[in-house]
Amino acid sequence: MTEAVAFPQNRTCPYHPPTAYEPLREDRPLSRVTLWDGRSVWLVSGHSAGRTLLSDPRLSTDSTHPDFPLTTQRASAVRRRRRAALLGWDDPEHNVQRRMLIPSFTLKRAELLRPRIQETVDRLLDAMEAAGPPAELVSAFALPVPSIVICDLLGVPYEDHDFFEEQSARLLRGPTGEDTEDALAQLEGYLGDLIERKRRKPGEGVLDDLVARQLKDGGPDREELVQLATILLIAGHETTANMISLGTYTLLRHPERLAELQADPGLVPAAVEELLRFLSIADGLLRVAREDVEIDGTIIRAGEGVVFSTSVINRDAAAYADPDTLDWSRSARHHLAFGFGIHQCLGQNLARAEMEIALGTLLRRLPGLRLAVPTEEISFKPGDTIQGMLELPVTW
Amino acid sequence: MHLSIDGELCIGAGQCALTSPDVFTQDDDGFGKVVPGQEGGGGSPLVREAARACPVQAISVEG
Repeated sequence: MTEAVAFPQNRTCPYHPPTAYEPLREDRPLSRVTLWDGRSVWLVSGHSAGRTLLSDPRLSTDSTHPDFPLTTQRASAVRRRRRAALLGWDDPEHNVQRRMLIPSFTLKRAELLRPRIQETVDRLLDAMEAAGPPAELVSAFALPVPSIVICDLLGVPYEDHDFFEEQSARLLRGPTGEDTEDALAQLEGYLGDLIERKRRKPGEGVLDDLVARQLKDGGPDREELVQLATILLIAGHETTANMISLGTYTLLRHPERLAELQADPGLVPAAVEELLRFLSIADGLLRVAREDVEIDGTIIRAGEGVVFSTSVINRDAAAYADPDTLDWSRSARHHLAFGFGIHQCLGQNLARAEMEIALGTLLRRLPGLRLAVPTEEISFKPGDTIQGMLELPVTW
Repeated sequence: MHLSIDGELCIGAGQCALTSPDVFTQDDDGFGKVVPGQEGGGGSPLVREAARACPVQAISVEG
């Protein structure tokens, strides 16, 4: 086994795993990595082992477990003491929370939202065309599309978007643990007030449904409801915004693949699936072993931390031929970009609909889309958070 | 071939219905269901892919 690699690290190119992860790619399906706090933990890099271990109930997502691997000081500041809703709970508690939300995130529900997503995308592109070229695509398009959609679905007023987008950014990429704690407190305070208002004057969003449920049969309690709202709002806009911005950047850096999509828009759903695999923006799913778990002849001992690098897993040559090549004709199905097991992304059907409509419409309406500045001047997010572009200056 | 879904395991991810929409669907509560009349798989080559796509392996394919 090679010397432990530090995890996470910054990507060198925003759409490839960090070059420093090369030893992890050569040492599948498991290696050791070192975290910011000096802990040494398992790093899962194999696709098959990833599927097996993410399905194993002996691996827990309880972030308050003293041996749970938290990959940043900022996450440690908030999650060592208090778990996130859904994500931080094992079954049976997780199952109770998830089942309250499943009806709101089905394929059918995502299909029903498509006309409204299309309308939002068209309106934002109208405004961008009227004001440009050029444009800054993150603020003009990639961020507002999912923000508007999740506000609509949850019943959060979009006029508050500057506030919650800023707090989410501080929470996910703030400079210090104190800053992260403050951002989480502000978001929870805001959503707590919103839920109080909904109790007095119900609306039609998912949060209103949860409030009605609480009034009817007592669950979820107030604190749980606020925590659920927080996770739904953050996960509902940050991740998809990153996929739209980084997906667009990746297409602009692969003109032949871009031309294929413009020639045949029917390829867009396959392209979204391949981009999910290729970009793996949530790169670091975390677990702690509650019991000894054997995998491919290695024993993960009770109390050991386990980190799943989705960017490395999704480029396992045993699962995908020529994994570093972007290819719309491959079956990218079975990638682990949305995770696997009981915690697989609740919003994945909605996310696919948003990505297909946003990317498909952008390419159709602005066929001459290109970067407005040299690539080396474009900044992207550091490795210790969800991957994506910080800004994306484009012209057409 | 005979298909069945364990409703206790299902987390409503919808991956079966996404992969093989002729054979699988989601009910109003979001849980995976075999489309009535399609319990034999309907000869679809995507049925086994759908079972593999299930994140909690709730789908049994017998035969």
